[in-house]
This record gives sequence, structure tokens and C-alpha cells, in this order.
Amino acid sequence: MAGRPRSHIVVFLAPAVIVYTAVMIWPLFNTLRLALYVGGPEGRHFAGLENFRTLFGDPRWSASFWNALGNNVWFFIIHMIVQNPIGIALAAILSHPRLRFSAFYRSAIFIPTILSFVIVGFAWKLILSPIWGIAPSMLDALGLKALFAPWLGKEDYALTTLALISVWQFVGIPMMLIYAALLSIPEEVLEAGEIDGLTGWAAFWKIKLPLILPSIGIISILTFVGNFNAFDLIYAAQGALAGPNFSTDILGTFLYRTFFGFQLQLGDPHMGSAIATAMFAIILTGVCIYLWGIQTRMRRYQF
Amino acid sequence: MNKARHNPLNSAAAHGALILYTLIALFPVFVILINSFKTRKAIFAEPLAPPLGDAFSLIGYQTVMKQGDFFLYFQNSFIVTVASLFFILLFGAMAAFALSEYRFRGNMLMGLYLALGIMIPIRIGTVAILELMVQTGLINTLLALILVYTAQGLPLAVFILSEFMRQVSDDLKNAGRIDGMSEYAIFFKLVLPLVRPAMATVAVFNMIPIWNDLWFPLILAPGESTKTLTLGSQVFIGQFVTDWNAVLSALSLAILPVLVLYVIFSRQLIRGITSGAVK
Repeated sequence: MAGRPRSHIVVFLAPAVIVYTAVMIWPLFNTLRLALYVGGPEGRHFAGLENFRTLFGDPRWSASFWNALGNNVWFFIIHMIVQNPIGIALAAILSHPRLRFSAFYRSAIFIPTILSFVIVGFAWKLILSPIWGIAPSMLDALGLKALFAPWLGKEDYALTTLALISVWQFVGIPMMLIYAALLSIPEEVLEAGEIDGLTGWAAFWKIKLPLILPSIGIISILTFVGNFNAFDLIYAAQGALAGPNFSTDILGTFLYRTFFGFQLQLGDPHMGSAIATAMFAIILTGVCIYLWGIQTRMRRYQF
Repeated sequence: MNKARHNPLNSAAAHGALILYTLIALFPVFVILINSFKTRKAIFAEPLAPPLGDAFSLIGYQTVMKQGDFFLYFQNSFIVTVASLFFILLFGAMAAFALSEYRFRGNMLMGLYLALGIMIPIRIGTVAILELMVQTGLINTLLALILVYTAQGLPLAVFILSEFMRQVSDDLKNAGRIDGMSEYAIFFKLVLPLVRPAMATVAVFNMIPIWNDLWFPLILAPGESTKTLTLGSQVFIGQFVTDWNAVLSALSLAILPVLVLYVIFSRQLIRGITSGAVK
């Protein structure tokens, strides 16, 4: 192709690169830059690390920040210990050869994942509502009525309840990814295991699980990134104030309140940028740990 | 063949577990849908009964139709989703073609640059995106949302599509070149039709997050005329929180379009997820 004019390469690349740079990369760096400024009556001016000093040094700000971060970590832990094992278990059952109706189960279990957070948040709010009484009367039917509490309204339970709602919504994603990984294991490998006497559970733990570890790694990092920039479910179910008493506040809702403002407080884009920078740092750290710490060390098998 | 891996007890247990989880997954949706067709009294008296006889009522839907501009919201969501998908696919495929077809200096670097956005969520840059949209006068327009979603979808689209375009045979493209086709014709007439399955995968991947997003409509386009269905139902439900008929009907109206799309595209979606995951 040497000698032919190569301007078409530029034409092919330009639209994507321009939109991506202008709307994603440039604002990302601009946000990191804005975190170093403070606003004033005469316009913004450079203030170095002032916003970060406020965020981590001022007791009111730092209390909110650590509260949000702590809640976010708990939110993530619930996903890791509930969502991913359930997803793996469902995938393991679904990948069973000659299981009937498996396409039906797969599609049905995936339905919550396609619904918006607004629907999911409100639907569960109604179902768990003590006024409507679906949850209490169902527990009653099981003889467990004493266990019922207005979970979303209690500081101690609200965050865990929301995390479990989010797990309910997203369990389809680990299920699908693990299912795909399990299907890609060649039959010969499993048969070789069978000859060595590995069947059923033993085959799962000793052959399949090691082979799907890379997929579990991908799911973990997807969950991590998704959880640390989550916002919609909390906002839809509990509002921007992430009640009761900020017990469900996570970084996304904290960022929204800070930069966009809410009833009691004016928005502050510079403090908002500082929080966004902190979120960026957290997500970047997680992604780097995954890329260098986990992915490169994980053994991949080629069939 | 492998009898050891198949016995009836196991299979019954497997079906039991799957049916139980399917019920857990579908129960809330089912409860919302049936109760949206009931009178207020029936909603509270027997929430799990079907909407038959005296219990049946469309009062909730009437309130929603009167009070909320759901048709407009739906139209906005539709425009934003379709336009974003169009640009993600067109620009993404063009860039993927350039990266996979031509050797030029900086190819690798450009690929890495475009892949950055796969892992870093665009929401981190929201503060500056809002400023950008205010400065360019795009605030409260659907175009602002379309641009943001296009930027958000491009990295993964370029990544997936360039993987697929590498598999398109070189002989075919070179035959086209010998016949005097321009590079543009080769792209549009030869390559694009061949990667259509991959394009469909990218489209279904992006469709759901765009349709369901609450964050950017809330921040960039909260105006009455630009509300998307997700934001519109959020605001509507917030206002009518004590009118259970209206809330349940609004939720059902928000569920239905997604459910219909899912029934149409679920095979494509599932195939997309399961084929992309192996990499």
C-alpha cells in the first residue's frame, strides 16, 4: 500500500478520537485540575491542595468522606461474598450437560439486570414497605414474622439491604460470564478427570474452578469499578441524602450532593472535583492491582 | 456417554435450585405488574391476588397519562439511545478498521489510548463535562446526552470491533483494492457487512446502560422537555409517592419497553456476553 495516499486513516480515526477526547478524556483531566482550584466571588483561583486539606482535614468533611468510603467498601464486600458465589453456583448448575430449559432459566434470571435502578429501587421499597405488608406477610407464612423490620428505614440495616437489592439485580452478570467460561472448557479435559475418578463436586473444585479463575478475576474488577462509581440505586431508593442519617451514603451520592448541591447546601464544583479525584485514585488503584497483581500472575490455559 | 455426570437426583436438585432463584428474580417484577392493574383497596387487601373482577382497575394508568408526559419521556429516551448507538457503531467501527487494517506509526499507542476508557468510568469527569456543556450551550439538550454516551461507549466498541475485524480475510479486501475500490468502499461495502454480528453485540451491550442511566440525565438534561424515561419516572414517582396506583402503573410503564426489547434481543445479548467473555 506504500505510495497510496493515507489520509483515509485520519478520516477513519478522527470522529471517534475527537468525541472520545473532547467528552471523556479532556473532562477527566479537567476535573482533576479543577480539584486544585477554589471558587470565590471574583472567580476561581488556584489553591493547590486546599480542597484535599478540607476534605481530609476538616472534621465535618472528612467524617462524611470516610463514612461514604466505609459504606462503599461494605457495599463492595457484600457483592463479592454474595453476588459472585451465587452467580458462580447458578452458572455451575446451568452448565450441566443436558439440563432442560436452561435457556429459559438463563433469560429469566437475567431479567432484573436489564431493569433500571429507578424501577428496582422503588419496586423493592414498595415490597419491603411495612405499609404494604408483602414482606411481613410472606415471612409470616414461613413463621418468621418476628424477623421483619423496616429494613430500608433502619440505620443498621439499610445499607446491607440496598447492597442485597443490588446483588439481586446484578447476579445475572457473573452468572453469564462464568457460564460462558464453563462452556469453553473442552469435554476431553473433563473426561480425562473422570478417568482419574473426578466427578461431580470434585470435578468442579479441582478442574473447573481453576480454569474459570481468570473470569472470576474479570468479574471482581467489574464489580469493583461498578460499585465504586455506583449512585443510581441509592439515589432512587433513598434520595440524595442517602438516608437514614447518611447510613447509605456512598462515594457516588456524596459526590452528587457536594458538586450539584441539595436542599441544605449549595453545589461546589471544586470540592466535587476533589471527591471525583479521590474516586479516580481508588478506581485506578483497583484496576492497577488487577492488571499487574492478578491478571499477569494468573495462569491461562490454552486448549 | 458419561453416566457418572448424570443422575436423576442431581437433576431434580438442579431444577429445584434454578426454579427457586427464577422465582426470586421474577417475583418483584410480577408483584409490581399485577398490582398496577388493581384498585387501591385490592392492592392493600390482597397484594398477591391476580387483578380480576372487582379488583381490576386502570385508575393508576389514567393518573399517569394525565399527569406525566410519559410519551415525551419515552421519545427522548428513544432518540438518545438510538442516536448514541448509531454514533458508537459508526465511529467505533471506523476507528476499529483504521487500527486493525493499517500499519502506521502510533497505531499501538492509539489503541491503548482508546482502551483507557474501558476501565475508567466517564462519571469521574462529570464536573468538567457539566462545565463543558454549559459553555457550549448544550445543557438541557438531548445532544449533550448523546455525546456523553457516545464517548462512554466508544472504548469497548473499538476494542471488540477491532478484534473481529482482524478476522476478516485480507484476500477479500485486496481483491476489492485490485478492482479499484476506494478504502471507504472497502470499509462500508466489504467489511461492515461481515462484522454485523459483532456490531449487534456492541449495540445490545450499550443499549441497556444508556436507556437506564439516571446520572447524566439528572445532571445534564433535567429540563421538562428533555427528561428521559428513567429520569421522568424517577421524578414522577417521587411526586406521587403516596398514590400507590400511580406509582405502580408508572413502574410498569417503565418496565414494559425494556422487557419487550429484552424479549426481542435476549438471544443476541446472551450470545454477546457469552462470546465476549472468553477472551
